[in-house]
Amino acid sequence: MKFRTKAIHVGNQRCQTTGAVVPPIHLASTYVQTHPGEWGDYDYSRSGNPTRDNMEDTLAALEGGCDALAFASGMAATHCVTMLLSAGDHIVAGTDIYGGTYRLFHKICNRAGIEITLVDASQPANIAKGIQDNTKLVWIESPGNPLLSITDIKACADIAKQAGVLIGIDNTFASPVLTRPLELGIDIVMHSATKYLGGHSDALGGALVVQDPDLREKLYFIQNATGNCMSPLDSFLISRGMKTLDLRVRAQSESALSIAKYLDDDPRISRVLYPGLPAFPGHSIAAQQMDGGFGAMLSFEIVGDFEQAKRVTASTRLFQLAVSLGAVESLIEQPASMSHASYDREDRLAHGINDELIRLSVGLEDVDDLIADLDQALDC
Amino acid sequence: MGLEKNRQYGDSTVSVHGGEAHHKALDSITDPVVMASTYTFSDTQSVIDYIEENQQRGEYGRYGNPNEAVVESKLAQLEAGEDAVLYSSGMAAIVGVIMAKLSAGDEVVFFDECYHRSREFCSKHMSRFGVVTRQVEACNYDAMEAAITPNTKLLVSESPTNPHLSVVDLDRFAAIGKRNNVETLIDATLATPYNCRPLIHGVDYVLHSATKYLAGHNDLLAGVIIGDRVKLEDIRYLRGILGSINSAHNCYLLQRGLKTFDVRMARHNANGQAVAEFLEQHPRVEKVYYPGLASHKYHDIARAQMSGFGGLITFEVQDADWRQTADIVDRCRIPKIGPSLGGVESLIEQPMVMSYYELPATERASYGIKDNMIRMAIGIEDTQDLIDDLDQALKG
Ligand SMILES: Cc1ncc(COP(=O)(O)O)c(C=O)c1O
Ligand SMILES: Cc1ncc(COP(=O)(O)O)c(C=O)c1O
Repeated sequence: MKFRTKAIHVGNQRCQTTGAVVPPIHLASTYVQTHPGEWGDYDYSRSGNPTRDNMEDTLAALEGGCDALAFASGMAATHCVTMLLSAGDHIVAGTDIYGGTYRLFHKICNRAGIEITLVDASQPANIAKGIQDNTKLVWIESPGNPLLSITDIKACADIAKQAGVLIGIDNTFASPVLTRPLELGIDIVMHSATKYLGGHSDALGGALVVQDPDLREKLYFIQNATGNCMSPLDSFLISRGMKTLDLRVRAQSESALSIAKYLDDDPRISRVLYPGLPAFPGHSIAAQQMDGGFGAMLSFEIVGDFEQAKRVTASTRLFQLAVSLGAVESLIEQPASMSHASYDREDRLAHGINDELIRLSVGLEDVDDLIADLDQALDC
Repeated sequence: MGLEKNRQYGDSTVSVHGGEAHHKALDSITDPVVMASTYTFSDTQSVIDYIEENQQRGEYGRYGNPNEAVVESKLAQLEAGEDAVLYSSGMAAIVGVIMAKLSAGDEVVFFDECYHRSREFCSKHMSRFGVVTRQVEACNYDAMEAAITPNTKLLVSESPTNPHLSVVDLDRFAAIGKRNNVETLIDATLATPYNCRPLIHGVDYVLHSATKYLAGHNDLLAGVIIGDRVKLEDIRYLRGILGSINSAHNCYLLQRGLKTFDVRMARHNANGQAVAEFLEQHPRVEKVYYPGLASHKYHDIARAQMSGFGGLITFEVQDADWRQTADIVDRCRIPKIGPSLGGVESLIEQPMVMSYYELPATERASYGIKDNMIRMAIGIEDTQDLIDDLDQALKG
């Protein structure tokens, strides 16, 4: 079965009890057993729920894993991975990672005595240099946020394997439509299912996908013990979203490429950050590890200052002013005042997140309408 | 902000944003699901203002709900109509129009390939209330015009029809109505506004089983009637009395389904065309009914008034009896066996078994239902997967 067929049929087997073409939503918290001490397939919904299982089966099939675990949010999923570590262990992570992951590593994991080193992962050699004797986890993200930096996934996976260190990737931006990191040697794929998997801005969720059953057992043990699981209704909505994942991501990526080209030629724009542009650093690696598209996130800098960038983001009609990403609705934001406002300015600039940077999450609207919207906003 | 009133937007933009407030309650990017059965007033004066000023707001759930209002507005925009009235199912929508527009002594004329339950409702049930139902051969425009009497109030057809995929010339159909001062209704469930917009051809009402492509995920039932606001007023009023309203939860899922309407339909069309072409050249297939094939009886009119032909395909198996035909259905691994259409997952059925099993063979034959007929509702799966699966099922 190919991708689109799996997305619709795996995890959506006809209901044996009713014949329903769409599996029922099981809201039950507990399951009635026939004999004391003899457990059926399900006992308690923290430990397993049929609706969540279906969502996990679909995602595992799309990523090519042995199983997936679904969490209450993307952060809950990443947190579960870090709980594989113990005091005295060390994490090497890329600098262009999601801010919430940065916060988790530096403000939560550190309290448990876990050390963090951030390196520029766009050069895999930096990962190798960052690995110490006590390193237990390498964490990367590609494309990165908000600068869309590309990390060579296979090269990083090879380095981690050589060093005997677990490697995880946040695959939220690319989605399994474009990148399937398990095929490139990654151990753990993480998603904020809130984004493309759900795709409609109406469910919060996270997921981990692995190929190794032993690793799956370890992660499942932590999830069950700590209780951070996805709700049945969110599982249903995300399953429903995955049925159109391929169509959405491909259409949105195509629009993003058209918008990137449009902005690249526009004198009001000084710089466009999009992996699909040939001049973008990492373009050729992106072309290898992304399957037929470069994603629907893009950032650009306007000729102007902080205030002007702020005006542009407030002047679009179709692009709505909001953080988050990955849904059918297009969003716009100014990292300096929104997603990365918590950085102090010096630090932010050092990370390359300039005042005049604007980030777009390109949705499913007509691309000509989106370009016309940007065009009028850039004149505001 | 949001969509500007007097601007033409692309279809996918309307799918995502049409009918929605740009700024929603509590700054949410999505509409809240309003589960209330009733809506309250802050004081007596507000009740009086509501009545005297005919305000658009919630009163009691049977008369409408906020989720329904949004999805009705989105559907009206997609269909290029003024207003839409949503129902709990496609059948409820048909019943809604018929009950609102016809009284004892009135007459309705159907093309005989219309959804059989719609015709049955009129011929078997409205007859009890003195409404006369006439049926003429599908696409026989002279017969339809000849069936009109001074009492005729409504002309009804489906386009394309199910399962024969006959395509009605909408200009001609609408013209018959106009010429005779009779209103016209098209059940465009199989076409969807992505492929055809009957209102533009002068048809008065468009009806959809929104259960199908509009919702698109086989997980809810809904129906809708779209047309001019004034013409829909009595229909909406009657719905409030009859109570065939949809639930807030379903309305939300329908709205959510519509956001991917454009990309889904593009894929249904592409898959439908590819599978139809594959079947047509297959040695075990005798005949394929699909408007996108040059061999189809109505290909020319379909090409003229449709921009794509959807996912429904009917075909007949060469030299097969009903059992051999059923074996092919049973051998398919991707499509599930079931009625309905328009969802992301492909479905397959043998009309003789699924819908006409209890009728005598002669009656089945009179409806053009053959024992060796298979109907497929092609979903949005990978095209090659579907073709490979059908190939192995046909080879046996
Ligand atoms: C790349 C990336 N990773 C992780 C997350 C965190 O996911 P969640 O918000 O579902 O906890 C987000 C979203 O905010 C994200 O954009
Ligand atoms: C063409 C057509 N019209 C109307 C209906 C009735 O719609 P519903 O099943 O939503 O009541 C159906 C489906 O059953 C149909 O296929």
